[in-house]
Amino acid sequence: MSATRAAVTISGVDKVFRTRKGGEVHALSDVSLEVAAGEFVSLIGPSGCGKSTLMRLVADLDGVTGGEISVFGKSVEQARKDQDYGIAFQQAGLLPWRTVRANIELPLEIHGVEARARKERSDELLALIGLEDFADHHPDQLSGGMKQRVAIARSMAERPRLLLMDEPFGALDEMTREHMQNELVALCQETGAAVIFVTHSIPEAVFLSDRVVVMSPRPGRITDIIDLSFSSRDEELREDAAFYEGVTAVRSALHGGVADGPRGVENR
Amino acid sequence: MRTARAQAIVWGVVGVLGIAALWELYKALAPEDGVTVGSVTVLPRTTDIAMPHIWDMVTRLFEPVTRAAGADALWWAVLQAAAFSLGIAALGWVLGVVSGMLLALLMQRWLTAESAVLPWVVLSQTVPLIAIAPLVKRWGTNIHMGSFQWENWMSVAVIASYLAFFPVAISALRGLKSPPQADTDLFHAYAAGWWTTLVRLRLPASVPYLMPALKLAAANAVVGTVVAEVSIGLGGGIGRMIIEFAATASGDPAKTWAPIFGAVLIGLLSAGLVALLGRGLGRFRRGEVPA
Repeated sequence: MSATRAAVTISGVDKVFRTRKGGEVHALSDVSLEVAAGEFVSLIGPSGCGKSTLMRLVADLDGVTGGEISVFGKSVEQARKDQDYGIAFQQAGLLPWRTVRANIELPLEIHGVEARARKERSDELLALIGLEDFADHHPDQLSGGMKQRVAIARSMAERPRLLLMDEPFGALDEMTREHMQNELVALCQETGAAVIFVTHSIPEAVFLSDRVVVMSPRPGRITDIIDLSFSSRDEELREDAAFYEGVTAVRSALHGGVADGPRGVENR
Repeated sequence: MRTARAQAIVWGVVGVLGIAALWELYKALAPEDGVTVGSVTVLPRTTDIAMPHIWDMVTRLFEPVTRAAGADALWWAVLQAAAFSLGIAALGWVLGVVSGMLLALLMQRWLTAESAVLPWVVLSQTVPLIAIAPLVKRWGTNIHMGSFQWENWMSVAVIASYLAFFPVAISALRGLKSPPQADTDLFHAYAAGWWTTLVRLRLPASVPYLMPALKLAAANAVVGTVVAEVSIGLGGGIGRMIIEFAATASGDPAKTWAPIFGAVLIGLLSAGLVALLGRGLGRFRRGEVPA
């Protein structure tokens, strides 16, 4: 992995938020991490550990207080302007006045891709997420899982080499969630994109990731990085002993990281 | 759908007939001098001067305006006055909507503008119409640009817009600020500029907030036009007609009601036109709670 060019390099990053009353919240302290091209990395940790903040810094939605982040060797601002990453949030965030197809085409439309190319790409993506029959539906006619699929398709519209996902399955029920995880694995294998995936769920992180980055709060920092090298990720893996070993490893890393026990972590 | 619409029409007709029936019933049953408690009249007199019969009002519409030879039928005169006022109200509405939108955009773009402008926007509505009417007229007549001449109807339109811009500015500001942070983050991630974000996100998102405001603005523009016609002294519209006909009330009580019907007609028409506009924007109104 280290031989390939890094997708994201985070070195010695600090992030301090100033509250309105003049106080300071140390969200991240001296965080360093390298994500290789095509690598799937999950960020896990209790609430307030700064995992979402870290993702927002990579996306250039917030600025670092100290340290440096580069995406494909560029500054985060340049990477954002060059559309080097696709992004998906916990809420699907589809525009209600646009059809499914028009939502998927939104980034293409904003960046001036012509109509025919847009339609070709959205056709591909609709097939990929299995929603061809819903192309002309509006988001209010879709279930939660379908909306999230559309949001993921939208994040992939411009074929980014990096996907940033902030708990994209957080609002889904367990059944839909596992289904979506399987689909995401397939999508990533097809596109070969690197992924930074923020989650609360240990099994989700273990199932999806090449590496799980365990974080702890006050101040947010990386306490452990767990390598998982599964040969394949399919339904059988969920019942595999290696999978449970991974879950145990991540869980003990989480518990070891915080003296008074992790908060806000789902153990399911 | 079709039955729902038919039902709405039936209920509308029933409502109008109900009010007419109530009017006649009260006129028939209540005492001539109305109902008084002590020396205060709490319910109106029922004389023919105070409350003419519905059928008198209607038949009066089909008689000539005055006894002068060649006078138009009253309904025709009212219709012409209504059209005149509606035209001015429409202009006032357009001016009001444009300036309201511009103010909202200004306030959305710059936070300082919001804290500087918003109090004045609210304050502006506390100034009574009759106070600003002579001011607008005086300012207008001071404008000299080539052959351009300020006319009284322009003053009336400006005053109508003064009432119309307010709900638009307030609601548009709320609408423009309505997209959640996840949406604005998304557009930021797309490296979309202010203009793109405005056109593709903020404006569409503000439509559900804007529709009720546009209706309110239409009603305000009509009221503003009618009142301003009186204050400015502009003839030809419903406002002056109400005053003129009121002067003949003792001799011809049914006639005073004709321009009031005209005002109601303008109100209904303008509300209908805005509703029609709203239908064209249907896809942006998904999830809107019907008002």
